[in-house]
Amino acid sequence: MSRLRALAGPAAAALIAAALAGAWLAALGADPVAALRALAEGAFGDSLALENTLVRAGPLLLVGLGVALCFRCGIWNIGGEGQLLAGALAATALVTRGFGPDAGLGVLVLALLAGAAAGAAWAALAALLRVQRGVSEVLSTILLNFIAALLVAWAVHGPLQEASGAYPQSDAFPEAARLALLPGLTRVHAGLLIAAALPFALWVVLFRTAAGLRLRAVGLSPDAARYAGVSPERETVRVLVISGALAGLAGGLEVAGVTGRLFENLATGYGFTAIAVALLARLHPLGVIPSAVVFAGLATGSGAMQRAAGVPSVAVQVIEALVIFLSVGFALPRRDT
Amino acid sequence: MIDAPTLLLLASTVRFATPLALAAMGELVAERAGVLNVGIEGMMLAGALAAYEVGAATGSVTLACAAAVAAACALALVFAAFALGRRADPIVSGTALNILALGATGSLFRWLHPAGESLSRAPQMAALAGANGFTLIAGCLVVAVALFLGRTRPGLSLRAVGERAEAADAQGISVGRVRLAATLFGGACAGLAGASLVLWLSDVFVEAMTSGRGFIALSLVLFGGYRPARIVGGAVLFGAASALQFRLQAAGSALPYTLLLMTPYVLTLAVLALFAGRSRAPADLARPFRARD
Repeated sequence: MSRLRALAGPAAAALIAAALAGAWLAALGADPVAALRALAEGAFGDSLALENTLVRAGPLLLVGLGVALCFRCGIWNIGGEGQLLAGALAATALVTRGFGPDAGLGVLVLALLAGAAAGAAWAALAALLRVQRGVSEVLSTILLNFIAALLVAWAVHGPLQEASGAYPQSDAFPEAARLALLPGLTRVHAGLLIAAALPFALWVVLFRTAAGLRLRAVGLSPDAARYAGVSPERETVRVLVISGALAGLAGGLEVAGVTGRLFENLATGYGFTAIAVALLARLHPLGVIPSAVVFAGLATGSGAMQRAAGVPSVAVQVIEALVIFLSVGFALPRRDT
Repeated sequence: MIDAPTLLLLASTVRFATPLALAAMGELVAERAGVLNVGIEGMMLAGALAAYEVGAATGSVTLACAAAVAAACALALVFAAFALGRRADPIVSGTALNILALGATGSLFRWLHPAGESLSRAPQMAALAGANGFTLIAGCLVVAVALFLGRTRPGLSLRAVGERAEAADAQGISVGRVRLAATLFGGACAGLAGASLVLWLSDVFVEAMTSGRGFIALSLVLFGGYRPARIVGGAVLFGAASALQFRLQAAGSALPYTLLLMTPYVLTLAVLALFAGRSRAPADLARPFRARD
């Protein structure tokens, strides 16, 4: 019963959001039913659409998972996008500049690890600023997003630009250093399996280990946790580093599995969407999986909606925002302190 | 004597500092009332779009500013409904508001102006006594906010609501009403700041054109220790950094423009690291309040 009720909140939030979104689409002069149908078909209508949605869900899942962990610990990490870009940048630098054309599987593994490490380091900056200098992570993570985006722009216009110098993008990853496609599929790569496995691992950590209990305790009440001998500062650093590593890994998987190279605007909006993903999942590690698929579907379907109904694809962000509002306004437990 | 290039640099500093000062004054009043509004970036963006559409259609700067204030206040009401009305987490609500504004302004703008359509220019705010109208408004606002918070009884009540909502409530002050008013004031200031981007710093609307100014304004409130004069000082510092950065770009600096564009963000992080820990936030900031029946 309680499980059913736990699902009712997000489901109601999604339904109300869909209704409000329909109203928004109607206000933009589109036929809301036709637009939403085009959206659904563009997202899940055939096997190619479905594969595109799943590929898109991978990074959202990983970044959303990190956001969920942070929010549970009372840490407002809004910097998923910057952490993802840091990971993509590190992975690309390693493959295209560290090893070059003869990079193979070993380099791929190294690149993914480097991506996770870079994402973790990017988030660790925010963690240290918070713990050592009292800087709110809301501000630092957002500012680090802008800085990471400009770093990527600098890199692809400068040191990492492709050898031909034609476009502001990196050299392509050599075939052997790219993630293999899953058998029989045209878009979905092996990285998605890694992304899909991590929520289960983090579920175990969060709910079945002492480390997970400490983390949740800090989120429920930092003072009580401190009284029980848990250091909220240490948990803050830990949870930000983990979520940064997840986002950085997502960045590595994105360049090694999907795009094959680094360029500007690789992940525009992923950080914000990941917040919607985490909140619709009610900050539950496993809930992040379906939630990421829903938002990935919104993203892939929005292109089809734009073509079929003339609705600008950015309208989808309105739907994301509605889901967040409804989740925090009605579905999440409220603080009463 | 000040030479011409220095004078230009000073003018450019004021141009970049004014929107920050406008937005930061609104945020200051909201935060002193205990409302942490991280949605000012979105409110600025809504103000910018409204100012552009109304300004370009009517040619009136006054109407454009009024529309910007109205649009930003409408978003402030949405924020208040969730953060104050439902006592939802203010940071998540503010973030949702930013995403909402990004999506709504983007889709409205693309819908109103299909690709390829040539954009008409928005009218420009006039200068008076050597200063742009927005700078004059910002100057008056800073003095008014400083006097209001420091020297008036309603200002004292507002600070009481931010410091000790329970005690203010016991004094007969309506915590909810004061916080709502402060949120709307913050929205109006953010709307004006957004309008200044379109009616002064440029003359068209561009998607996501606020580019983090709302967050820099938020940081300035912290950096300035919640005091109007110091916040203005911070805004001028940032204006100078932006002006200098663009001057270097124009002069063909050896540094790539992407790294120069980073300056305001890196500078914000640096001043936060140096000063954020020292400023004391209002005690009841971001703490929801439920009146006793």
